[in-house]
Amino acid sequence: MSILLNRDTRVIVQGITGKMARYHTKDMVEYGTNVVGGVVPGKGGETVEGVPVFDTVKEAVEATGAEASLVFVPPPFAADSIMEAADAGIAYCVCITDGIPAQDMIRVKRYMMRYPKDRRMTLTGPNCAGTISPGKALLGIMPGHIYLPGNVGIVGRSGTLGYEAAAQMKELGIGVSTSVGIGGDPINGSSFKDILARFEQDEDTDVICMIGEIGGPQEAEAAEYIRDHITKPVVAYVAGLTAPKGRTMGHAGAIISAFGESASEKVEILSAVGVTVAENPAVIGETVAKVMGKAA
Amino acid sequence: MDIHEYQAKEILAEFGVTVPPGALAYSPEQASYRARELGGERWVVKAQVHAGGRGKAGGVHLCASEHEIETACDKMFGSKLVTHQTGAEGKGVYRVYVEAAVPIEQEFYLGFVMDRSTQRVMIVASAEGGMEIEEISADKPDSIVRSTVEPAVGLQDFQAREIAFALGIAPGLVSQMVRTLQGCYRAFSELDATMVEINPLVVTGDDRVLALDAKMTFDDNALFRHPKVAELRDKSQEDPRESRAADRGLSYVGLEGNIGCIVNGAGLAMATMDTIMLAGGEPANFLDIGGGATPERVAKAFRLVMSDQNVQAVLVNIFAGINRCDWVAEGVVQALKEVQVDVPVIVRLAGTNVEEGQKILAQSGLPIIRANTLMEAAERAVGAWQNDLTMGTQLRIAK
Repeated sequence: MSILLNRDTRVIVQGITGKMARYHTKDMVEYGTNVVGGVVPGKGGETVEGVPVFDTVKEAVEATGAEASLVFVPPPFAADSIMEAADAGIAYCVCITDGIPAQDMIRVKRYMMRYPKDRRMTLTGPNCAGTISPGKALLGIMPGHIYLPGNVGIVGRSGTLGYEAAAQMKELGIGVSTSVGIGGDPINGSSFKDILARFEQDEDTDVICMIGEIGGPQEAEAAEYIRDHITKPVVAYVAGLTAPKGRTMGHAGAIISAFGESASEKVEILSAVGVTVAENPAVIGETVAKVMGKAA
Repeated sequence: MDIHEYQAKEILAEFGVTVPPGALAYSPEQASYRARELGGERWVVKAQVHAGGRGKAGGVHLCASEHEIETACDKMFGSKLVTHQTGAEGKGVYRVYVEAAVPIEQEFYLGFVMDRSTQRVMIVASAEGGMEIEEISADKPDSIVRSTVEPAVGLQDFQAREIAFALGIAPGLVSQMVRTLQGCYRAFSELDATMVEINPLVVTGDDRVLALDAKMTFDDNALFRHPKVAELRDKSQEDPRESRAADRGLSYVGLEGNIGCIVNGAGLAMATMDTIMLAGGEPANFLDIGGGATPERVAKAFRLVMSDQNVQAVLVNIFAGINRCDWVAEGVVQALKEVQVDVPVIVRLAGTNVEEGQKILAQSGLPIIRANTLMEAAERAVGAWQNDLTMGTQLRIAK
């Protein structure tokens, strides 16, 4: 197993007729992802990359039995698309879109709560690179070839830094069970904690690699969760040791505004609960290898 | 996006928050004229800059005559106000706001923020007004009252009353306080703010609840649906390099060091800065050129980084996913032909088609220093910079 995404997961792409979405749909299909359709209002009946396009997510779900969705819709309309997916019974949604207003995301999160737990959608992102279960399926925009299938679960806020970690691991022959991008926005679908809980339950994941950055309380909350609930070894790296306080570093969420939000404070908090912290981004792979050596 | 105090007060007043009568001035003469128009005997003259801590920095003056107003204005206009929030370079004062002074009985702190733990809007209030919230939470944490707003129904009156009573407001003034809180919340949610702060909110001797100061920050991602708010942007308050970058769709933060960085992705950009520091150097900037590293974007990035006089080496770190390395490499080569870059350039490419990318760099005939890993790139950048300082090497790229 892997988490959230498998070879058989039936996937639709919302906003599939856009240039980016077409490109990545092709890429996902080539990787082996079971893409069964797309949704663009008003373009129902068309075909993109060999899959049918529907006007609404509901129609797509009825016709294809889709379980997961990838949102490529532009920022002003993305929140609406996520809610449409939640309402249509999609179980897992990845939102790639960067630049969604924060209050739209607050409404999305509130909206998702109206469904009972057993049919409540899981959302990762927005502003993320997606999720990949190497060798099985890819739901996002990452280059699939840099991931080796294996037993390390990766969860991170940043796209390209996640690639960096995966590539370092591949170099050392270490593979990945699933890699999940939770995105760089201040209000996001899933937190580190949510994904850590899934890796703890996943029998294919033996080690967890968590890639954080400055800003927000999610790394500190994850530390508390690791202390109380995670039995598997966790390796972490936190980006932004050189970031000045009070400045937004690219990601809307990457701003140090309170205690516990700077990289060094997060490193301290994570180390205190037994997480092995990679001292710099060049040794993330090495640090995972060391921990695996110990764990074996 | 930040706006000025007087603009925030105008907005909040439209939403039912009471503010003292005041007027804006662009010169000392205009300021004293405004005071005369406002009437009264004492006025507060405040520098309009995008930063807190103005009082301690000499940006707020209590004046009892037109002469005092002009003297205070002479000091402020054209100066750079340095507060604990501006950094050493300070922020230019080009406008002042003149307000009639009011007799203060009680002072409160009131803030509306996006709380990232609950992922909702949170109200933070304290009876310790006039102090910065950081000081309050350090010195008087027990004085802080918090309340989160359920997004589906908005702020309820009972929540506003609870806050008012917790702050110890006289029962006769609670309804004014409720109106203030509701006004702030509506302004926050209807205009897509990320922060509304009134510090201090005061009760006056004649029993009015007044916002003496006001600060609002708006969500850049939502400005497209608030054109009137977007018009309030004041570029004089921004770092010129950062505004230029923002206008070109690049995300840039200027720093103190001398190794310029061009990276794709915010997380990797921060990680690259960290690695430079580890290798013994200091980054000159944060720069995320985004997912698609097109030749145009790379050229823009080089121009931007080179506009910083302190830059003595440039490190390009691109992890290519969608954008293949060969394509990025072509972009780098083209940019170096277009842009005058007279410092060592170190390029590290990784990801899709990395070999082809390296080949293009090698065959370009340009003295680009190549690196395979992040650490190698940082070490070579720091090495080239140090070498360049002591030896004046030929590792220069110029037209």
